[in-house]
Amino acid sequence: MTPVTGADGGAANIGIRVDRDRCAGSGVCALFEPRYFDQSEEDGLALPRVREAAPEALPVLRAAASRCPAGAITLVVPDTRESAAGDRAD
Amino acid sequence: MTQSFELQVDKRRSLLDPVPELLEISARAPLSKAPGGMPGWIATGREVVRQILGDSERFSNVPPPEPGGRKLDQHEGSLLHIDPPEHSRLRRLVAPMFTVRQMRRLEPMMERIVADHLDVLERAGQPADLMRHFARPVSGLVLAEILGLPRDDLPELSRLSDYRAAGHSARRKPAATAYFRHFEQLVAEQRRHPGEGLVGTLIREHGDGVTDEELAGLCEGIANGSIENTAEAIALGTLALLLHPEQLALLRERPELMDRAVEELLRYVSVVAVVSPRTALVDVAIAGEMIRAGEVVSCSVLAANRCPHDDGLADGLDIAREESANHLALGHGNHFCLGAGLARVQMRIAFTGLLERFPGLRLGAGVEELRFRLLAPQFGVETLPVAW
Ligand code: SF4
Repeated sequence: MTPVTGADGGAANIGIRVDRDRCAGSGVCALFEPRYFDQSEEDGLALPRVREAAPEALPVLRAAASRCPAGAITLVVPDTRESAAGDRAD
Repeated sequence: MTQSFELQVDKRRSLLDPVPELLEISARAPLSKAPGGMPGWIATGREVVRQILGDSERFSNVPPPEPGGRKLDQHEGSLLHIDPPEHSRLRRLVAPMFTVRQMRRLEPMMERIVADHLDVLERAGQPADLMRHFARPVSGLVLAEILGLPRDDLPELSRLSDYRAAGHSARRKPAATAYFRHFEQLVAEQRRHPGEGLVGTLIREHGDGVTDEELAGLCEGIANGSIENTAEAIALGTLALLLHPEQLALLRERPELMDRAVEELLRYVSVVAVVSPRTALVDVAIAGEMIRAGEVVSCSVLAANRCPHDDGLADGLDIAREESANHLALGHGNHFCLGAGLARVQMRIAFTGLLERFPGLRLGAGVEELRFRLLAPQFGVETLPVAW
C-alpha cells in the first residue's frame, strides 16, 4: 500500500465522493462498508457517512470504489484523484 | 426466426458448469466474434464484460431488432431494456424500496415465509421437490409482499412463466402478453385503492408522475427478476452445495461463512448466464478489437464468472474465499440487479433454514435424472428432489 502523505508530510485524510448522476442505488457500498456508506431513504442513492476518512481506510475504500457497479465512488487522495477501477473507458 | 433450436454456446451447461466450447472461446480471447448462429460479438473476459456493462454512454440496452427486422416486444418501464435518462428516472423511483436498510426491515417477513415453507417441505415427505415446496413459493410470496400483489395471483403467474421458459413453445408469446396484462390489472386496481406495497406507494408518492404502463413494466420486470431468479438461485445454490459435500460440511461447521458462501454460490451457479445484449452506439475499441456502431455484444456472465482468467481465480466451489464477491452474477453498471440485496438476504435465510432444519439434507434423485431449464432467460432446474 502506498503511504498517503499530505502537504505537510503528515498523513492526510481521504475524501469520499459519490457522483449522484452515476449512482444506481445498488447499495453495494452500504452493504459491504456500512461504516462509510449509507443510502438515502428518498431516492436510494448512496450517501457517504463521512466526507473524509483516515488514511488507514484506504484499502477498504478502494475495494468499495472498485466494487461499485456504477463507478460512482471517487476517492480524493492528496495528489491523485482515484475513481472506481476501469468503468469509464474514456 | 432461427430455424433450429440449437442452443447458443453461452447458455448451454454441463450440469452447473460452462460447456467446453465456452471455455475454449474464453481461453482464446476475452472478446471474440460470436460463433456460428450468434450475431455480433461475445465477451467472456471478466474485465471486458465489466467494462462493457459499466459503459452506458457507448453501449445501449435497447434490444436489437430480431432477425427479419421485427422489434422485440417491450414495455415502457421495463428497466432492463431502456437507457438513461429514462432508465435513471425510473430506477430512482424504485431504488428506495430496495435499499440495504429496507431489506433489513423486511427480514422478519422473509424469515417467517422461509420457516413456513421449511414446514411445507418437511410435510411433503421424502423425496420432496425443493423447487416446488420451498424455493418457488418463498421467492413468490416475498415478492407478493413487496409489490402488494395478492398471493392468490402467484400460481397463475408461475404457470405463465413456465410457458415463457419453454423457449420455442407456441404458448410463449401469449403467455408473455398475459403476464404483462396481469400487472396492468394490478396497477389499475391500485390506482383506485393504493395499498401498502410498492405499487401503492409509488402511486401515492408520485401520482401522475408515473404512467400506468411504466408502473406495469416496472412490476413485471421486478416480478420476473425476483420470483424466477431468486427461486433458481436458492435451488441451484442448494444443488451446488449438495454436489460438494465437503463445502456443505464446512458451512455447517462454520455458519459465519454464510455471507461469503452466498456470494460464491451466486458466482458458481450464475443464474443469468448472459445479460441482455448491448448494442454499441459508436465504434468502440476494446480488448484489441473494434466493435462497430450498431453491432451487438453478448456478455457472458457465466464465462466471466467461471472460466479461468489471468487473475488466477480457480473455478472450484470454495465458500470460504473472499474474492468471490467480485463476481458479475448480479450484473454491473447502471443496470446492476435492483434486487441484489433482496436476493442475498433471501438466499442467506433460506440456506440457513435448510441447513438447520435438515441435518441430513441430500439429493433425493440421481444427478442424471435432473432436468435443467436452458431456454428461459434464467438458468434453472425443473425439480430438485431432496431427502434428509
Ligand atoms: S455501490 Fe455505487 S451505485 Fe451502488 S449505491 Fe454505492 S455508490 Fe451507488
